[in-house]
Amino acid sequence: MKLMPCPINGLRNISEFICGGEVETMPDPSTGSDQEWAEYLFIENNTKGVVREWWMHTPTSYWFIAERNTETEEIIKTYPASDIFKQRVDFTQNKS
Amino acid sequence: MPFSLLKYGFSKVHPSERHFQNLAELKSSYDVVIVGGGGHGLATAYYLAKQWGITNVAVLEKGYLAGGNTARNTAIIRSNYLTPEGVRFYDESIKLFQNLSNEFDYNILYSERGHLTLAHTDAAMRTSRWRAEVNKHLGVNSEVVYPDELAKLCPHLNLSQKVRYPIMGALHHPPGAIARHDAVAWGYARGASDRGVEIHTHTEVTGFNFENGRVIGVKTNRGDIRCGKVLQAVAGLSSEVSKLAGFKLPIKSIPLQACVSEPVKPFLDIIVVSGSLHVYVSQSSRGELVMGSASDPYPLYSTRSTLEFKEELMMHLLELFPFVGKLKLLRQWAGTADMTPDFSPVMGITPIQNYYIDAGWGTWGFKATPVCGTRMAETLATDKVPDLIKPFELERFYRFDQLGERGAASVGH
Repeated sequence: MKLMPCPINGLRNISEFICGGEVETMPDPSTGSDQEWAEYLFIENNTKGVVREWWMHTPTSYWFIAERNTETEEIIKTYPASDIFKQRVDFTQNKS
Repeated sequence: MPFSLLKYGFSKVHPSERHFQNLAELKSSYDVVIVGGGGHGLATAYYLAKQWGITNVAVLEKGYLAGGNTARNTAIIRSNYLTPEGVRFYDESIKLFQNLSNEFDYNILYSERGHLTLAHTDAAMRTSRWRAEVNKHLGVNSEVVYPDELAKLCPHLNLSQKVRYPIMGALHHPPGAIARHDAVAWGYARGASDRGVEIHTHTEVTGFNFENGRVIGVKTNRGDIRCGKVLQAVAGLSSEVSKLAGFKLPIKSIPLQACVSEPVKPFLDIIVVSGSLHVYVSQSSRGELVMGSASDPYPLYSTRSTLEFKEELMMHLLELFPFVGKLKLLRQWAGTADMTPDFSPVMGITPIQNYYIDAGWGTWGFKATPVCGTRMAETLATDKVPDLIKPFELERFYRFDQLGERGAASVGH
């Protein structure tokens, strides 16, 4: 059984988690072009090596960040998303 | 093993024939360099030589011939897809497969078995009807069958309603087949080699040379070579190789595991698949049950096997065929699958001039080997993407024009 260290639930079976893909910068909601959105949504780095990804612990619906190696399957560290995302995205500017 | 058989094997009177020339040196220049010596790359080389007379071609393979996903799939061939584009494409592949043994004069053990996609829910029944209608419209033989017919088609199938996921019906696709995947690759390799194509194994591509946005050369661990055109056909490492060329793909590399049981007497003629239960199983001509399940739940460049995969697969398989409980597993393995967001491949032109791609073959690559080979050869030879594969181009993701085939994928995801 592969274990994932969840920042709030501790070590749990990795089958309790969902991988949400690599952490990438979202295009600006107001000015992002179609090309930027297509790349953000579909095009992948698909890195062979250390990646930084979104993961969710399904039973508690808790999203966090995990750093792991896609060659060795080693989970390096996990931490709350608030460690790297300090500000909420402001969508209100798009109301018109 | 009888002594006479051993003696025959080592006899100089009956030497086993090589499938391709063992070449010492790379030439300094080729018209076409194909990166990846798997089924798709070899098929493209074969059709380039046979249909277009282009024989100054090198196939470069990092490992040994066809040792990647060509040797790791579960060898199922079918065309009962969901989108008209997909059905047309895979149907051409089946037609090519049916004549391949004759064309090669080499037995690929093509065996038409019929293919059942079981449905255990109303939603799965709805998808089955949808696929049946799309298939019939395009002249592909598929129909929805119910438990009374299933009992005749597959007498060993557990049709009891007292199970966790009772079977409501199935999509029956009579042309569904299996073939010996190694033989397909070797047949293409021999046919290409006989026509002058060079196949270089243990030759790793480490980069490319460009001039004005156009590829003009390939760097390898055995030196640099010049080339007119490049085809990348390296399933599993597609993203890594495309980065060497300078562009990214809509692909995640995810392991897909499979296993075979010990051989038993023939009992399962038809191929049985359940998308809802994440099971597909067929019996090989050697008597082994060839089994697969869901792809792994997260990206990984590793071909390790896991207990979770086997637990999930066997849990459902035992419900479909309870009597296989005493069978032992003989082998287990995994391949790295190129998963795309819409479950369709990525074929055709790329942002780099003269650099063509054949990738994104996820869990549906083997069955496309002949059609992909012939159509990619046409693309390289004429510099024009044929209409049949146009819908699969990389550009579709930038137009938000995906080709959703998830509903027709056998592999649960």
